[in-house]
Amino acid sequence: MLTKQISIFLENKEGRLAQLTSILAKSNININALTIADTSDFGILRIIVDDTKKAEDLLKENGFLVSVTDVIALDIEDKPGGISKPLNRLYAEGISVEYIYAFLSKKENTAHVIIKVDQNDKALDILKNNGFKSTATV
Amino acid sequence: MKVWDKIESISSDEMRSIQDTRLVETVSFVYDNVKYYKDKMDKIGLLPQDIKGCDDLYKLPFTTKEDLRDSYPYGLIAVPMEDIVRVHASSGTTGKRIVVAYTQEDIDTWSEVMARSFARIGVDKKDIIHVAYGYGLFTGGLGAHYGAERLGATVIPISGGNSRRQVEFLKDLQATVIACTPSYMLHLYEVLLESGLTLDDISLKAGLFGAEPWSNNMRKEIESLLGIKAYDIYGLSEITGPGVSSECIMQNGLHINEDCYLPEIIDTETLDPLGYNKDGEIVFTTIKKKGMPLIRYRTKDITKLFKDDCGCGRTLVKMERVTGRTDDMLIIRGVNVFPSQIESVLLEFSHVTPNYQLIVDRINMMDVLQVNVEMGPELFSDEVRKIEGFERNIRGAIQSVLGISATVKLVEPKSLERSEGKAVRIIDKRKF
Repeated sequence: MLTKQISIFLENKEGRLAQLTSILAKSNININALTIADTSDFGILRIIVDDTKKAEDLLKENGFLVSVTDVIALDIEDKPGGISKPLNRLYAEGISVEYIYAFLSKKENTAHVIIKVDQNDKALDILKNNGFKSTATV
Repeated sequence: MKVWDKIESISSDEMRSIQDTRLVETVSFVYDNVKYYKDKMDKIGLLPQDIKGCDDLYKLPFTTKEDLRDSYPYGLIAVPMEDIVRVHASSGTTGKRIVVAYTQEDIDTWSEVMARSFARIGVDKKDIIHVAYGYGLFTGGLGAHYGAERLGATVIPISGGNSRRQVEFLKDLQATVIACTPSYMLHLYEVLLESGLTLDDISLKAGLFGAEPWSNNMRKEIESLLGIKAYDIYGLSEITGPGVSSECIMQNGLHINEDCYLPEIIDTETLDPLGYNKDGEIVFTTIKKKGMPLIRYRTKDITKLFKDDCGCGRTLVKMERVTGRTDDMLIIRGVNVFPSQIESVLLEFSHVTPNYQLIVDRINMMDVLQVNVEMGPELFSDEVRKIEGFERNIRGAIQSVLGISATVKLVEPKSLERSEGKAVRIIDKRKF
């Protein structure tokens, strides 16, 4: 299963992140996962929310530059080796990982990683065939 | 102090009579030899014999930079190509260059007016002249070079760049005069100090500065920091290059070599001639040029003409330091930059022109250009390396189109300043 992730272009300006998150908060949108990739000039904020469409529209209305990307949300065991096994599998099959970030799950002993790869369908197959679980909602 | 050419100090009447004769000759010469001018004059029913002297100048059509672009490269040349001995080129508004062409006689005239310019600031054959204007298609380097040689001085043709080496040469070869852009002079001063040298290590006494706008305050700064006299020189490739006009030791306006370049000031709205002491656009007619004579060429530079009883003994009419331009051209490190050039670069990366802004500043005495570009949906990628690659590509394209480096910064949509809904394209933070 693929998960919808929202990416937002942000200039490195004070208060920009606070502004954005309060727009989502006011509309009662919950952020389930969040990461930011930053350079000296700008950042790309990546979030996974409980209502992607609503959040996307809302952010666009507020003048943010937004794009929606398909990513894989993978359930992993919360113990040593949990993340290395699926990554090694993908590597062995020639899948390139563009970025990855992790967050804790509400379920005990489980963590999630969000993986952006170059070939989604192939990656999903590989993961499935090797017994790894991916979820649509995180 | 010696006047290089006695024509610089003849009476107004004598000058007027020379100008009348040369103007009449030039008009009939271009009518006979340049189809572009013949067509222009025929269109308004003007014949060469209608021009009997400077009083009739206003009847002639203007020439603009667009005319030069439309007739690129050789359309305005008035002599057979075998008589052309040199071309120079400068940037045009759409990235298309403008080419200017010289006969041997034109090069001689140019060398003469540049020799006059050096002599005007007290330079003579005993001097060693360090020419740090760029050599090549730009007229600055070779213009100063030929003038300095004509004067009989010793020329150091170091050209621009490599500031450490420039400073070493100033120390080792003991140049007495420098020719470069005023901002580069200030930069060289910084490099001199960084190299552990002091003013005692060099022998400069004067500098001939031009190719970019500067002010009296900057003059004072250069003079006090370097302990030299700083003089202004003006010119443009279309007319000849540097040496159209230049200051004398009185430092009160630039004497125009009006026996070669006939000046007028026009109202930028009505295009009517304004006469002396009024601000307007300066327009030149070349009256001693054979390769590519120009009639009433609109420079887009704002200044005024005036006459005074100059202490140097020259009677040549004067123009004030250029105070601005009628278009949005920027001069950055001596290079002409039009926002439209940046626009065409950005168009290569996106189907629609993104909103952008040019910010020019002077940091450590050097002009720096930053291009802010509003990110749009077509440019946005979820991946940092793609956005950074995009910034790098724009930077590379700007460097190759303009020949100067710029930093590129991608900014959020609708974040660039607008005034009355219109994008503010240029923010020039430099203080001249």
